[in-house]
Amino acid sequence: MSMPARTPHRSGIRGGEAASGWLFTAPMIILLGMFLVIPVLMALWVSFSDWNGRGSPFSGSVAFVGLDNYSALVGGGGLAEQDFGTALRNNAWYVLLVVPIQTTLSLFLAVLVNRQILRGRGFFRTAFYFPSVTSSVAITVLWLFLFSASGAVNKLLSFIGVNGPNWFNDPSGVLHNIFEALGVETGPAVLTGNSFLGISFWEWLAGPSVAMSAFILMAVFTTSGTFMLLFIAALQNLSGDVVEAAIMDGANGWQRFWQVTLPQLRPTLFTVLTLGLIGAWQVFDQIYTGTQGGPGKTTLTPAYLSYQAAFTNQAWGQGAAIAFILFVIIVVFTLFQRWLLAERTVSARRMRLYLKTPTSGGFK
Amino acid sequence: MTTTVRTRMRLSTASQRLRNLSRPQLPTSVIAGRSLLYAILIVLALIYIAPFLVQVATSFKTDVEAATNPISLLPQTWSTSAYERLFLNSDFPIWFQNSAIVTVFVTLGRVFFNSLAGYALARLHFRGRNVIFALLIAVMSVPGVVLLIPKFLVINQLGIYDTYVAMIVPLLTDAAGVFIMKNFFESIPASVEEQARIDGAGNFRVFWSIVLPMARPALVTIIILSFQGSWNELSHFIVATQSPELTTLTKGVASLASGQLSQGTQYPLKLAAAAIMTIPVAVMFFIFQKRIMNTTDGAVKE
Repeated sequence: MSMPARTPHRSGIRGGEAASGWLFTAPMIILLGMFLVIPVLMALWVSFSDWNGRGSPFSGSVAFVGLDNYSALVGGGGLAEQDFGTALRNNAWYVLLVVPIQTTLSLFLAVLVNRQILRGRGFFRTAFYFPSVTSSVAITVLWLFLFSASGAVNKLLSFIGVNGPNWFNDPSGVLHNIFEALGVETGPAVLTGNSFLGISFWEWLAGPSVAMSAFILMAVFTTSGTFMLLFIAALQNLSGDVVEAAIMDGANGWQRFWQVTLPQLRPTLFTVLTLGLIGAWQVFDQIYTGTQGGPGKTTLTPAYLSYQAAFTNQAWGQGAAIAFILFVIIVVFTLFQRWLLAERTVSARRMRLYLKTPTSGGFK
Repeated sequence: MTTTVRTRMRLSTASQRLRNLSRPQLPTSVIAGRSLLYAILIVLALIYIAPFLVQVATSFKTDVEAATNPISLLPQTWSTSAYERLFLNSDFPIWFQNSAIVTVFVTLGRVFFNSLAGYALARLHFRGRNVIFALLIAVMSVPGVVLLIPKFLVINQLGIYDTYVAMIVPLLTDAAGVFIMKNFFESIPASVEEQARIDGAGNFRVFWSIVLPMARPALVTIIILSFQGSWNELSHFIVATQSPELTTLTKGVASLASGQLSQGTQYPLKLAAAAIMTIPVAVMFFIFQKRIMNTTDGAVKE
């Protein structure tokens, strides 16, 4: 919007702009409207209907069922609620681990690779970024092999005397396993007796299953490179003056990082956290390719459950309802991030632009 | 005052660095620190690269050796049977062809439609422009996974389910790409168009022969993103097609992974398929490496 004030009707050399404007944007409007806006509205209707996949969802035989599909998920007491609760638990643990680990690792890689004195920076950057360009399907196939019972990872573990688990076939929760190692076989009655979304609090505390942990490692492996590039760009934009001033003040490298560099990286940090959160709630490709929700439903995610409900079980209303609840979850997380950003007086627009200039605006 | 002090300071650190470089002996602490840095980086780089090396090596092993010796980078007996089976005795070539067709059309479509819409939103003044832009931002924030069922519904309703049209047309433009192009066009000074306008060129002429050729860096970004995005796309093809003739690489290899085509584990076969499907994006990556590395942030801010 760098252009001067506009007037609705112009003549002379800027003639016909209104017509051209609509003509130029028409393909985009039609395509996005047809395959994004209208579909969402259709799915919203389906989530309030009992459509079973046969015929058109708008035919007379399809009935409006109100919030039935939603209430079956969040209070129905049946299998649907239990599956949905399980999927939410699995994905929540995934988010809880993936987001902090990938953010920390990508920042760490960026700081290491950004050293001026480093030789072979290009090589290291390429090595760390390469997993990000490969498709999730190809990486999942590779991961299924590496983490198979007699795979490369367990072979490596055996060298240091560790008997590796049968990764993708092990439904036991990591936290439960730790509790068990500490001698706690079953949870206290207050946790096992009460439940939320059809699964007991003790089950919520199971942690990611061993199978899900392998997916968590995979997510970190494939996304840390992308976010590393974001951090590198931000680091290169920092002015050297502040760091030099800190050096003169006698701050050591560790202090400089925490007290000088990191605060300046805050906008990028928030970008990475937001993108990470949004991405981590959308686990689908890996599950479809790898485990289809197993073992013991411990890699079921809301996205995959939504697909499965609709396309496999023909419970279209329920599948659409899951998708909309997932949508709400993602929006709430994004808004929460925006709110945190607003606290730091960095505008939402700036955030949206993924701007890398951290010094102007927010921190003076 | 402070500026001169700082400049002098900077000069002195710079000359110190120079001296350090030319001088054969560095302080031990510096050498230790640097060695540690390299050690950490090399170990990390190995962790990031090793899986791909193991993948390629295993694809040339026999099934038995893949299971008994999953880690060695040199097969004891080289076997190309996995590749032979993929190319001569499976649908793999069809999958590859479908992925290629979709990727070419989607990339061309996005280059054209994204830049066209981006130009209009950046440069042309018309009523409703701000509304369109606001809607674009709203659309950008819809998470893709949520669209699985909705996309199927509309594709089904339009009667294009299980066709190339259903695979290609919905992907022909993307909100993020329009956004990138709009930002880029805003950064080009308006004066470059003036002469052409005075000469009587219409809006499309100005766009096509004056502005678009200047947009090369942004177009490269669009090409990279669309190529990678459509080559690696899975969920859209799951909901848009079902027949074997329309299976893409992602869908086909995913079905291989879940064992629909094979008995036993057959890791060499699966890994070979995954390796081949990685080659085009890898080539793309190495061609545009400089560009990707410089502007990923980047991609959005031009």
